[in-house]
Parts: sequence; structure tokens; C-alpha cells
Amino acid sequence: MTPCFNEMFQNDAVRPPYSGLQGWSADMPADRRLAKQAEAEALFRRIGITFAVYGEGGDPDRLIPFDMFPRVFTGAEWAKLERGIKQRARALNAFLVDVYGRGEIVRARRIPAKLVYQNAAYEKSVCGFVPPKGVYSHIVGVDIVRTGPGEFYVLEDNCRTPSGVSYMLESREMMMRMFPDLFRENRIQPIDSYPEKLRRTLASVAPAKCDHAPTVVILTPGHFNSAYYEHSFLADLMGVELVEGADLFVDGAFVYMRTTEGPKRVDVIYRRLDDAYIDPLCFRPDSMLGVPGLMDVYRSGGVSICSAPGAGVADDKAVYTYVPEMVRFYLGEEPILNNVPTWKCSDASDFKYVTENLAELVVKEVHGSGGYGMLVGPKSTKAQVEEFRTLIHANPSNYIAQPTLALSTTPTFVEEGIAPRHVDLRPYCLVGERIELVPGGLTRVALREGSLVVNSSQGGGVKDTWVLAE
Amino acid sequence: MLSRTADNLYWIARNMERAETVARLLEVGARMSLLPTAQGYRSDWDSLLRASGNATGYGAKYGAPDQALIEDYLFFDRDNPNSVASCLTRARENGRIVRTALTTQVWDALNTAFQELRQIEAQPRATLELSRLTDWVMRHAAMVRGAIDATLLRNDGYNFLNIGYYLERGDSTARLMDVKYYVLLPKADYVGSGLDNDQWSMLLRAMSAHRAFHWAYGGEITSAKIADFLILNPQCPRSLITCVAGMNNHLGRVAKAYGRETAAQAAAAAMLAELESQSAEKIFDEGLHEFLTRFIGEAAALGTVIHNTYLSGDMQ
Repeated sequence: MTPCFNEMFQNDAVRPPYSGLQGWSADMPADRRLAKQAEAEALFRRIGITFAVYGEGGDPDRLIPFDMFPRVFTGAEWAKLERGIKQRARALNAFLVDVYGRGEIVRARRIPAKLVYQNAAYEKSVCGFVPPKGVYSHIVGVDIVRTGPGEFYVLEDNCRTPSGVSYMLESREMMMRMFPDLFRENRIQPIDSYPEKLRRTLASVAPAKCDHAPTVVILTPGHFNSAYYEHSFLADLMGVELVEGADLFVDGAFVYMRTTEGPKRVDVIYRRLDDAYIDPLCFRPDSMLGVPGLMDVYRSGGVSICSAPGAGVADDKAVYTYVPEMVRFYLGEEPILNNVPTWKCSDASDFKYVTENLAELVVKEVHGSGGYGMLVGPKSTKAQVEEFRTLIHANPSNYIAQPTLALSTTPTFVEEGIAPRHVDLRPYCLVGERIELVPGGLTRVALREGSLVVNSSQGGGVKDTWVLAE
Repeated sequence: MLSRTADNLYWIARNMERAETVARLLEVGARMSLLPTAQGYRSDWDSLLRASGNATGYGAKYGAPDQALIEDYLFFDRDNPNSVASCLTRARENGRIVRTALTTQVWDALNTAFQELRQIEAQPRATLELSRLTDWVMRHAAMVRGAIDATLLRNDGYNFLNIGYYLERGDSTARLMDVKYYVLLPKADYVGSGLDNDQWSMLLRAMSAHRAFHWAYGGEITSAKIADFLILNPQCPRSLITCVAGMNNHLGRVAKAYGRETAAQAAAAAMLAELESQSAEKIFDEGLHEFLTRFIGEAAALGTVIHNTYLSGDMQ
């Protein structure tokens, strides 16, 4: 394994955040570990926490692998991250309001016009409309990696529908059930206020025409969606209805849901669908998952949609390179969190550098997600590298490249015992009337030795994330 | 609540009750096959298939009735939408779709049944005894009902679940009785003979009602007492009148909660009134089989009205 920062061990000494885990991890012989892992899996299955893969050869009852070794931050480490995440969330939202309005940042030439206005995710249908409280992205998933004790980089921003928060909550629940002593011996900041904070955030962006306590719903593509468990879990914890497109209809200026007592007005929709599917009269006409006429109601202030349509232009991987600029432009501050150095293949000199060093770089599609459509140069065969080269040449502006970062590792339970595995962090920043976070987030771990791909759809697992109270 | 949620809850109940019914049917069939057959009657397996609505499907797949194949078709076969396996799987899927309307305990009961079913399906068939399988089904059905009873809020969802249970139970009691009388008895003096009573006892046992019947009636088993017990006695937990009264009760609560009466309440009230005006003699005058067939049709019609009113999403 390439040299990288081990979060638990510094040479042979245990770093302070993990001192509370030393005894516990030493007292975990193979048979106890296997028994506990089986217990965890049985619990997950009983509760039904699946991340299903439907279709040919897919497993509808697939569990996301859960690793029992927590990942730990001190309160001070987290405080700095939290400030940086909130700063970034504010800047991204300011950018979105701006580019669908006067576009000051483009006029000031701080970002190329083409990258914004000709972006595939730029939604012309929402130009000129300002969503309630000026918020486009209500849940910002700022993916963070660590390369040193105080060295953190933002890998990417997710402004649309970042998923995984149910695993964050259920991992904590699982650890508390299986190892209650750990929670008595360590002072760990709780995260169970997330659903309440989310509900408050959603309610705080009620639409202009709403003159009563807003009715919030979660819009799901349905029970065949991989993340369906999370949709129903959040609806349950927030105490809101979980609806599908067919349960909703537009009548006049408002959206209604079909209930046993007749139509009931809906004010805020937390949608877990892509923009393209939410309204066949505005976007993809073949979508059966959305609500015809929804965008008309949205634009006339009859309903709020979270995250707002059009937010995707901010989590474009090429636009990502300008986020530090957004922090300076809109907030007048220096960015607290750094971007990973990124080369944009749309730029001629960057393109040259990338193609000359392809085998050492990580290359991604600007609108990709789930770890698909990317090349990890150092882990690829010559043939795979050449295949990707062809793709880049065919459509340069679709790709960005970054150096292969040596992601930090934390101890993880593997077949041989405990071994370091690469991790990242996805905190969930809520933006409404206020900006707030629960401490920590979802730590994703690449379970295969040496692998840097943490996405659950490609063999990644999750860990409980602790932020110690200090 | 969302019409779709109410629909799913209603069908959780109907699917669970249907699974239990099929298990009871298998029990009846197995017990009856242990008795010597009387000359001139169709085999009871045949009438069992017909009474439960499985004859066409089974016939298309297998042809002539064969005990082992029927057991397989009614318990395991996924091609049969009414098999125990299909019903339990659907009930659990209905539950998964509307997790937010269920408590953890109810979901747990549904999901545990489903997971254990998969383990059972993985075992070699020869090692599985039918009576243990039917016990297993009834145990899990009881756990789901128990979880609902103990933990669910008494809201509209609770009422829709109960409406589903009562509708399906009434329908299944009628079908179980009809197994016994699929073919009109050709000779009136056969009624009350030793063989006839044995068959009725088997039926009562399959409905877990054998001792209850003797407590309630004492003396000899007669067809009149059986009809009275299973159709008209409000003390019998699965009698038709208990089921129709149950539906009226829960539909009434829904009407009160929503502040409006609909065609569903009217249809249920009409069914109850008709049953209350019945007696065992009148039923036998009509013909038991005719009466039961009529009841099954009316129950199905009531199900349609309930669906159109509350579950289809078209309520205005």
C-alpha cells in the first residue's frame, strides 16, 4: 500500500481520538468478531436495511457491508470541518441563485459563461425564479478526504439528492446495540437529531402561497429503487408521507396527494428523483415517476421542491474547480476547505497534461456519480487506460482529472483481523432558514485492500463516525 | 392517509389471512384423505381445489388431482398467486412499501415470516411434514395479528387492516364450508350419518373450532348446528356474521373518523341485515351450497365497493 495517513496509528503510538478504542479492539478475537458481524448482518436483515440491486442477476436483498470499527474525530478536528462545510454550502447556494438570476459571477469573469449557461445540468426553465429563502440545495453532501492529520480536501459536492444518511443513522444504532460499553466509556456526540433538523429545514422553505403549517412529503421513485429503504426510513422518522408520482396530482395552483379522505394539499416536496423525471410536461416526457404540471406550480410559488430543480449545475465536477472562487466572491472569505487540484480537459493546456499523465491520474466524467465512468490510472491496465484515452479525445469537456490522493486509512475488520482500509467522509449539511449539521456523517470504506473506490454500488462499505465531545 | 397506503395495509391483511386459509385447506384435505371414501362422491381434494378457487390453475399445470402435487401447488408454487409462499411474500412486500404505516413489531413479524419461508423453501421437500408447515403458517399469522393488536395506533390504517382481515376471513370460512358441500348431497338421509359427522369434525378442527363448537352446542353434531355455528353465531370468531359485523364496525369507525358515510358502509350494513334475518332452516331451504356461493359473491362485491371508495385514489 502506498504511504498514507493512518488515522489510528502514528508510528506505533495510538493517536488520541482512538485511545478509547484500544482496549476494545484488542479484546476482539476472531470468534467474537465473527459472532458480532453475524449479529450485525442479522439485525440489518431483520430491519430490512437493504441497498437493493434489481434487474438481471441483481440481489434485491443486498446489504451494504457494515464495518464495526468506528472512525473517530476529535471535537476540535470536527469544528474546523464543520465551519468549512457550512461555508461551502452557503457559497454553492449563493452561486445557484446568482446564475439563475443576474449571473454576477459570470459578469465579473470569475467563471466562464459557457461552463454555466451551456452546462448540461443548467435548467433554463427555472431562470428568473428565486426559491424560498434563496436556497437551491437543501441537503449538501460535501465529500471529504483526508491526507494528513490536519489536511482535508473536498473531493466533490453533492447538491441534488445525496444519499446514505440512513446508513449513518442505522450504523450508530447498530453500534449502540452491539457495543453499549463503548458508548459508556467514550463521550460521543449524538446524531439522532438529524430527522428533526431535516424536517425543520424542509418546513422552513415553505412556498410563497403557503399560509398554514406546511405539509411536507418525500417523493420516491418507488419500492424498486435501490435507496427505497432510506426514503421510507426518513419519512418514518420525520413523520411525513412517503409518496410516489402517481399519488400526486396538480389542480389549479397547487399540488395534492390522493388520500382516503380525498385530495390533500402538499406544500414541500423532498424529492429523491432526478430533475429529468419530476415533470413529464417540463422535462422527460416519458417519465412515469413525476407529476405532470409540477413545475408550473413550483414556479408560481404553490409548492417547494427540495433540492430545487437546477441545482445540478453546482455539483458539476468542472464547476467544482471554481467553488473556492465562489467562497471569495459571495462571502468575501478565504476557503477553509481546499479543493483537490483538478485539471479540466476542456482547457487546452490541462488536456495536454492529462493525456500525457493518464496512467497516474484519476479521471472522472463531469456529471458522473456512483463511482461509474471513472478511471483510476494507477490501478488500471494499459488497455483500460488507452480505452479511456479514446473517450477523453472524443469529448474532452466531459472529463476532469485529479491526482491519485493517498486517502487516509482507519482500522477495519477484515478476514485476517484488523487492517487499514481507505476511507472518505460524507457529512450532510442542511440549508434552510438556518445552516446546520449533525456531527460526523457517513464514513465510507473501500473494503478491498488497496482499493480507493468507496461507493456502495461498487463494493464499498460503511462505518459509524464518531465526533468526540470535548 | 394515502389511498395507496390504505390499499397496501388492506392487502397485507388479506394476504396473511389467505395464507392461513390455504394452510387450513391443506389441513382439511390431508385429514379427509385419511378417511375412507364413500361411493359416488368426487374425491375431496377435487372439491377442495374448486372451493378454494385453485382448480383451473392446478388443472392447467398438473391435470388430475394428486395429493403431493396439490400440496406443492398450494404451499410452495410461485406460479400460483394464492399459494402460501406467494401470499406471504406479497404481504411482506406490501409491508415494505408502507413501512411508515407499520410499527417495528409488525414489520418484524412480516419480515421474519418471509425470511423463514426462504429457509423452508431451501430444504428438500421430502423432509417437510405438511402438519408442521401448516402449524408454522398459523403461528406466523398469529404473530402478525398479535403485533398489530398490541402495537398499532387505532387510526384509519388499523381499521383498513381489520377490514381486510374480516373480508378475507368471511370469504375463507364460506369456502372452507363449501368444500364439504361442493356437490349437492344426492340423498337427504345421508346427512347425519357417521361419515358425514366425521367430515364435519375434520372441518371444525381445521378451523380450530372443534372444541369451541362443543362448548357452544353440546350434544350431537348436526348439520343445522354446524351451519348455525359457522354462519350465524356471533360468538364464533370466524362465523360469517362475526366477519360481516367486524367489517361494519371498522367501516363505521372510518366513516366517523372522516366525517362521511359512503356506499361502502351502506353495502356492509345491507349484508349484515340480511344475515341477521337468516336462520339455519332458511339456509338449508335455499341450499347450503347456493347460500355460500351467494355470500362469496356478495363479499367480493363489497370488496370492490371498498376499493373504489377508499383505496383507488379517486375519492373526491
